Amino acid sequence: MKPVGMKPVEMKAVAAKPEGKTPLLSSRLVLGVFIVALAAAPLALSPFYVTLLNYIGLYALVALGLVLLTGVGGLTSFGQAAFVGLGAYTTAVLTTATALPPWLAWAGGSPWLALVVGLVFTATVALVLGALTLRLSGHYLPLGTIAWGISLYFLFGTLETLGGHTGLTGVPAIQVFGFELDQGEELYYLIWLFLLAAVFTTQNLLDSREGRAIRALKGGMVMAEAMGVNTARSRMIIFVIAALHACASGWLYAHLQRFVNPTPFGLHIGIEYLFMAVVGGAGQVWGALVGAGVITIAKQWLQDILPKIFGQSGNFEVIFFGLMMIVILQRARDGLWPLFARLVPVRATRRELDANAAALPRKSLPQQGDVILEAKAVTRKFGGLVANNNMSLSVRAGEILALIGPNGAGKSTMFNQISGVDTPTSGEVLFLGRPVAGHDSREIARMGMSRTFQHVKLLPLMSVLENVAIGAHLRGDKGVLASAWRMDRAEEARLLAEAARQIERVGLAEHMFEAAGSLALGQQRILEIARALAADPCLLLLDEPAAGLRFKEKQALAELLKKLRGEGIGILLVEHDMDFVMGLVDRVVVMEFGQKIAEGLPEEVQQNPAVLEAYLGGVE
Amino acid sequence: MDFQIALLLGQDGITNGAIYALLALALVLVFAVTRVIFIPQGEFVAYGALTLVMIQAGTVPATVWLLLGAGVLAAALDARQALHAGDPGRLVRLAGWYVAYPLALVALLYALPVKDLPMAAQILLALAVVVPLGPLMYRLVYQPIAAAPVLILLIVSVAVHVGMVGLGLLFFGAEGSRTPPFSEARFDVGPLMISGQTIWVVASSLVLIVGLYQFFGRTLYGKALRATAINRVGARLMGISPALAGRLTFFLAALIGALSGVLIAPITTIYYDTGFLIGLKGFVGAIVGGLASYPIAAAGALLVGLLESFSSFWASAHKEVIVFTLIIPVLLWRSLKGRHVEEEE
Repeated sequence: MKPVGMKPVEMKAVAAKPEGKTPLLSSRLVLGVFIVALAAAPLALSPFYVTLLNYIGLYALVALGLVLLTGVGGLTSFGQAAFVGLGAYTTAVLTTATALPPWLAWAGGSPWLALVVGLVFTATVALVLGALTLRLSGHYLPLGTIAWGISLYFLFGTLETLGGHTGLTGVPAIQVFGFELDQGEELYYLIWLFLLAAVFTTQNLLDSREGRAIRALKGGMVMAEAMGVNTARSRMIIFVIAALHACASGWLYAHLQRFVNPTPFGLHIGIEYLFMAVVGGAGQVWGALVGAGVITIAKQWLQDILPKIFGQSGNFEVIFFGLMMIVILQRARDGLWPLFARLVPVRATRRELDANAAALPRKSLPQQGDVILEAKAVTRKFGGLVANNNMSLSVRAGEILALIGPNGAGKSTMFNQISGVDTPTSGEVLFLGRPVAGHDSREIARMGMSRTFQHVKLLPLMSVLENVAIGAHLRGDKGVLASAWRMDRAEEARLLAEAARQIERVGLAEHMFEAAGSLALGQQRILEIARALAADPCLLLLDEPAAGLRFKEKQALAELLKKLRGEGIGILLVEHDMDFVMGLVDRVVVMEFGQKIAEGLPEEVQQNPAVLEAYLGGVE
Repeated sequence: MDFQIALLLGQDGITNGAIYALLALALVLVFAVTRVIFIPQGEFVAYGALTLVMIQAGTVPATVWLLLGAGVLAAALDARQALHAGDPGRLVRLAGWYVAYPLALVALLYALPVKDLPMAAQILLALAVVVPLGPLMYRLVYQPIAAAPVLILLIVSVAVHVGMVGLGLLFFGAEGSRTPPFSEARFDVGPLMISGQTIWVVASSLVLIVGLYQFFGRTLYGKALRATAINRVGARLMGISPALAGRLTFFLAALIGALSGVLIAPITTIYYDTGFLIGLKGFVGAIVGGLASYPIAAAGALLVGLLESFSSFWASAHKEVIVFTLIIPVLLWRSLKGRHVEEEE
């Protein structure tokens, strides 16, 4: 996550440009035209093309799950085809079996019940596999998915009840209100209904409190945890959602084909699904559709033409797909969706903020002057190195304490002990009377301690508003289903209004809708303070907040911190900038070689011989 | 199962396990130095074996055309760079390595009566064709995106694998092949009968492992690779070119892969797509070692070989399921060990 040092002025010039040139289309209009075209397609096209569209829809449903998993969440699965297989085989077994075990007999014969059973079964399998692999660092998940993708495939082929390699035949058609969907053109509508529902719910989900947590998974996990996001849970959520999409696709597939065999659920198809997501544009919801379309049509075409060129038959299109993937990942990692999007310029809809949204409830702040943070004799050793030796300090509500010291004095280690990132070798840190050690960043955030990072951690592609809204994560509780079906809007409006309030408070209001990565470094630091404030903290830990700020900005920051102090928030500041510190803070703790060498009012500390010695060297 | 069968299965398992161990070592090496999860490792096994088959059949192996094509492409890319840098002398050297070498090989393969050469010469020719594909692959595929996240490199690896399998089908056809064993000798040790090929496989693996150990411990290039594996930026600052380290690593990986293919071709029928499953079993071993420890990876791979041969006796239909399910307890164990939330690269 590199901060981009672009000046805000330039950004505005760039952002203003497209307005005058091409007339932009309303996104609703484009969507409307697309849906009408979809609805009319089976009437206008030959059965061959309807079948092609059916398959594109089925594949896009799987690829959509991968867009969420890979493009947005940064996790990868090569095993989605196995989940498709779970959906297809579940319904094939339940609708064709003559003798089901008694505990399952209720689900026999009905495709719709089989869908429910399949989804529950797939979710269970995904939960188990996710629990095994999701906690591991990035590459174990894809490797794990390759392994179980192969295992499940062989299992489909060897289990007697699943018909072995020949599979199961006689799968009935789906009935809707007594109407049998036994033609491709009829099932077409059901397939695309499923796909569009999945696209819209995914879009809704990404544009919500849970969605911001999911979007933070790629490159912002440490930050998200510090803001109270349970990243393990978010990873599991997208893994299960992706599996469920695949399962639904499998269910539709089984009732389209009317038979199932193991071939379409092998690893190579799982790889193809991932290719679709990447080709389309792995971070884009509509990219799934583009990717599925391009790969399906190209495959059809190549399967016709390549055997003629090579003079023998075989899966030669994979050579082409392999090359295409390599070139795309080398040259255009965002896939083909940006190219499509350029053809149809859609007006970006700017987020409407609801000024009337009710304010979020606030925690009651501790009494002014109460000790809220207390470090008692904290010692932290790394092997033989004593980074912190017997450090004690305390912060009261409504007070600013600065922790200063030369480079290598152990300030950052101390900061880590206080924020619970690290655990002291001996001694303890109490926050509101409770020990910090043994709690993860999430719980500490919940207790009311909020922090910024020495190296700015924000999501550069998300807007300033959304970045700050992540800070308010713990102040909302609407979950995935509510978000997907837009039942979270009241709470969402309150969260965003709160984020906007904090942005105005720190003076970034004019940048509210810009990408966070386009801010100058100093502004990014201020953004982090707004994010921390959105969590409604009673203690603010700031790691070098003035670094990279210009003089005016520093003055504004000092004013803000004074205001916060007046409201009763306790602030602990690790800082290098002496002018900034001395004019602002109430008390100073000076560290050198891991120990406290002085503590007191700024004026006292400035006169302290030990401090002068540490900073300026000995006076001869 | 009686003792005799157990011994037989054990021998089978150790033979296969030795190959998986070699592949596991290569996978760990490639991952440590370049962060690439080298899915196409298995393809080198198939390419090595089937190229030897083609040579023994007296035909010019199609892989040499792939080598020539890749060489021309790499030369074109590097020539553009060399011209930019204003270094025409490099052009000549490039042309020499990238284009003249494959051309010389083509000429050699056409000129020699390859069918009647001694087996050792045939094997050398097969290796000479297949192994340079490794460094060329690094140059063409991975070097342009060397700094990409592991995930992107992995997807690229899968793309390379898919492409190579397709090309394999084109080059070698759908039929499987075997090569004649290196030696027909058989040794009776008590109740056990050991075939000469088994001894070849195990001994070659051991020699290769010891050789690699010496290479990494004693030679400058070996130490350079180790340095790159431990700290990429630091090694670069010390003048170790990451591109060179990458190419060297891929050379070793391709060598190990092709040699493994040549070694097992007399024992197992090799198809154009056999390599993938073999490579994956090496992977299971490598994952047991956490993609970091060489000895544990080798031990894990040996375990995979034994598990495979015994499960093929007890539940042959579920052989693959059992082997690939082994990965789950390993992953579980690893996930219980590490707990902290960390940032991916």
